[in-house]
Amino acid sequence: MHPVLKLVVQRLALGLILLLACSAVIFLGVEALPGDTAQAIMGQSATPQALANMREKMGLDQPPLTRYFQWLGGVLTGDLGLALTNDADIAQSIGQRLGNTLFLAGCAAAISVPLAIILGLIAARHAGKWQDKLISGVTLTTISLPEFVAAYFVIFLLTQDNVLTQAIGWVTGGSGRLLPVAMVFPGMGFWERLNAVILPVIVLVLVVLAHMMRMTRAAILNVMQSAYIETAELKGLSPMTVIWRHAFPNAIAPVVSVVMLNMAYLVVGVVVVEVVFGYNALGQYLVDHVTKRDLPVVQAVGLIFAAVYIVLNMLADIIGILANPRLRHPK
Amino acid sequence: MADDTLLDIKGLVIEATSYPPGEPPKEVTLVHGVDLKLRRGKVLGLIGESGAGKSTIGLSAMAYGRGGVRLTQGTITLNGRDIRQASARDLRTLRGKEVTYVAQSAAAAFNPAKRLMEQVIETSLAHGIMTKPEAEARAVMLFRKLGLPNPEAFGNRYPHQVSGGQLQRAMTAMALCPKPDLVIFDEPTTALDVTTQIDVLAAIKEAIRDTHVAALYITHDLAVVAQVADEIMVLRHGRLVEHGDTAQVIHAPRQDYTRALVSVRSLEHEEKPPAPPILRVEGVTARYRGTNFDVLKNITVDLAPGQTLAVVGESGSGKSTLARAITGLLPPTQGRIGFAGRQLSRELKGRTKDDLREIQMIYQMADTAMNPRQTVGTIIGRPLEFYFGLRGAARDKRVQDLLDQIEMGKGFADRYPAELSGGQKQRVCIARALAANPKLIICDEVTSALDPLVADGILKLLMALQSEAQVAYLFITHDLATVRAIADKIAVMYKGAVVRYGQKSDVLAPPFDDYTDLLLSSVPEMEIGWLEKTIAHRRMESAGN
Repeated sequence: MHPVLKLVVQRLALGLILLLACSAVIFLGVEALPGDTAQAIMGQSATPQALANMREKMGLDQPPLTRYFQWLGGVLTGDLGLALTNDADIAQSIGQRLGNTLFLAGCAAAISVPLAIILGLIAARHAGKWQDKLISGVTLTTISLPEFVAAYFVIFLLTQDNVLTQAIGWVTGGSGRLLPVAMVFPGMGFWERLNAVILPVIVLVLVVLAHMMRMTRAAILNVMQSAYIETAELKGLSPMTVIWRHAFPNAIAPVVSVVMLNMAYLVVGVVVVEVVFGYNALGQYLVDHVTKRDLPVVQAVGLIFAAVYIVLNMLADIIGILANPRLRHPK
Repeated sequence: MADDTLLDIKGLVIEATSYPPGEPPKEVTLVHGVDLKLRRGKVLGLIGESGAGKSTIGLSAMAYGRGGVRLTQGTITLNGRDIRQASARDLRTLRGKEVTYVAQSAAAAFNPAKRLMEQVIETSLAHGIMTKPEAEARAVMLFRKLGLPNPEAFGNRYPHQVSGGQLQRAMTAMALCPKPDLVIFDEPTTALDVTTQIDVLAAIKEAIRDTHVAALYITHDLAVVAQVADEIMVLRHGRLVEHGDTAQVIHAPRQDYTRALVSVRSLEHEEKPPAPPILRVEGVTARYRGTNFDVLKNITVDLAPGQTLAVVGESGSGKSTLARAITGLLPPTQGRIGFAGRQLSRELKGRTKDDLREIQMIYQMADTAMNPRQTVGTIIGRPLEFYFGLRGAARDKRVQDLLDQIEMGKGFADRYPAELSGGQKQRVCIARALAANPKLIICDEVTSALDPLVADGILKLLMALQSEAQVAYLFITHDLATVRAIADKIAVMYKGAVVRYGQKSDVLAPPFDDYTDLLLSSVPEMEIGWLEKTIAHRRMESAGN
């Protein structure tokens, strides 16, 4: 077997084992929460008999190990169970919201990843000069703003009638002002959706840009110490060619791992932005059901978030392996 | 005559800012007003020890200052214009189009992420000198001329897929591909084994001759430069010592310093007669964990107290692995190691404190063998505390004795490794080994990273210490001149096995086995025409077979 294929298969197997371990931890964690679900649903005045009936109905009287395997078996067949609070099918409720989450994360990533890498390359090219300081200064400022502050700031700038929106309106031929909410409905077309998420996407890009930019810059500067960079300079190549053609291919692995971490954040960590813009996605759904003590929902969403982290990091690992010519082309 | 002058450097001064530890930065002058003239198609050898400014001057022909080095005064006239005044844009055109560079370590100088062909033709394409098919055809032609295997397909490989000698040739092809006027060769064969060096040297020489390119050939090895250069400039501390025809510099040097370089091996060593051994290595076979390949195959050697066993061979022959087996770092799968009349445990864990104390090691890279955050006194004092429990004044006294023994005197105990020269660092490592009062010191290429004159001093010191303390040396090296200068016994290693072993006079006397013959005849001699003679001899022999 080709060594790369072997490594990739190894990573995939490890990812699956890790996911299984995560499911156990999530189940145990929820299990260890104080309080009693039946009591929470039926209230303080419920009789012991009614509580026992409720537990039996929900399967809570079974030993934890049995319940874990029942749950796991359900997850594997796509059955995430029913929500305690409204008896809705969890898989169905999640499906649509997951789509919204991935759409928002995908839009933010499609802009922020190339932008961060290009800014990182420019900063590395002019390391220590004003361009570098400007890029670092601006991106570090935006990452330092709490998300809701950044969000209100963006709303303030782009939804009011001011010079900026007038200029945008003059260019696009509309009012130039955006709605301060990002409502999406089933059946909306792609462009409509895109238009709806502009504001949250801008906020998310501002939040994740700095981390990836700094990592690109650091990884490039690290590679720039190598002897083969001197070789490239002595070939008379322009500084940007040296960075793009000779330094960047050797800096991919560290950059990719940070990119993936940020993409994972875009999927699982954006509940504040969802709330500010009223965007109906997984984060809000999870927070709603945590407050209602709806444990099956919390478990299901937790598992999905864990899977996102594991898959993205695995992807980073695999890209790192593929980017290494020693592994791709063994002796 | 002005038209055939390619490079004319006048009064070149090169400065840099140095940052000594614990002191404010200061300005240092690396090159103090050097003049240099090179005509088209000629080869000028720049020779000197490290710090002489050879590479710095070489790179100035591309107006390139490595690591913040500044070309502050003088003119560098290349093809009739002063390139010290050229703009960044002009310099980019000049680099690669008119002047190219061959680095010492091709392994580091090639981009690991790109195929060789892409890198070899990059310059020609970037400067619009040729089309891609033309450049590729020229690269294949150069690969063939430089004796690379399978020249048509060679460029498809990645740097890690070919050997060090092949990479060095590929780098030469990369430098010659854009048809430059001048190539700077910066120690192109120094990192290679002697058996590889001779072939690469011959290939470079032929390529220079056939392409009529001019070259600056930088090296610290006079015997090497004597094979390729028309003229030689000897440099020291950034100043010109001597400049002349190759024949004149080699045969009739005018300056004392050049004379010292020409006759650097001043050591004469009388071989000691066989004696009862202190170290017995019997049938040792070893492999690395998780592999099924023996890196040491049935090694049997011994060594008497106060004598030196030289282990020679090229890189990868198993010399250092033998040292690891003896010290217990790599437990042998078979065989026994006897020391001072007792059997040593195979594993490091099974060895007593005395076992550990009596066998010490000195490494090639003194730099990395010392903790940079400890003073010399702490470094040498540590074995004194560990093995003998010496503390306070007694320890300091012994440290001073050891420093006197390695001829470093007072004041050094408080210094840090970064404040020492290469030779001084290696001396400190020797003192650290001596501090344990060992019976055997394993010296692993201890002089390979040092300049010839400095290395000579270290060898003299080691020999003096041996006659004082009757310590035995297992001396690992690839340098046969060093072997002649210090060995009593020699073991020649090749691919994990000892192919020739015995008293020095026997090993170095004919009839030779094939490998020893190849090894001995590959060592460059300070004689013009040696290279052609040896290569011709080999071709004749292989034709005869």
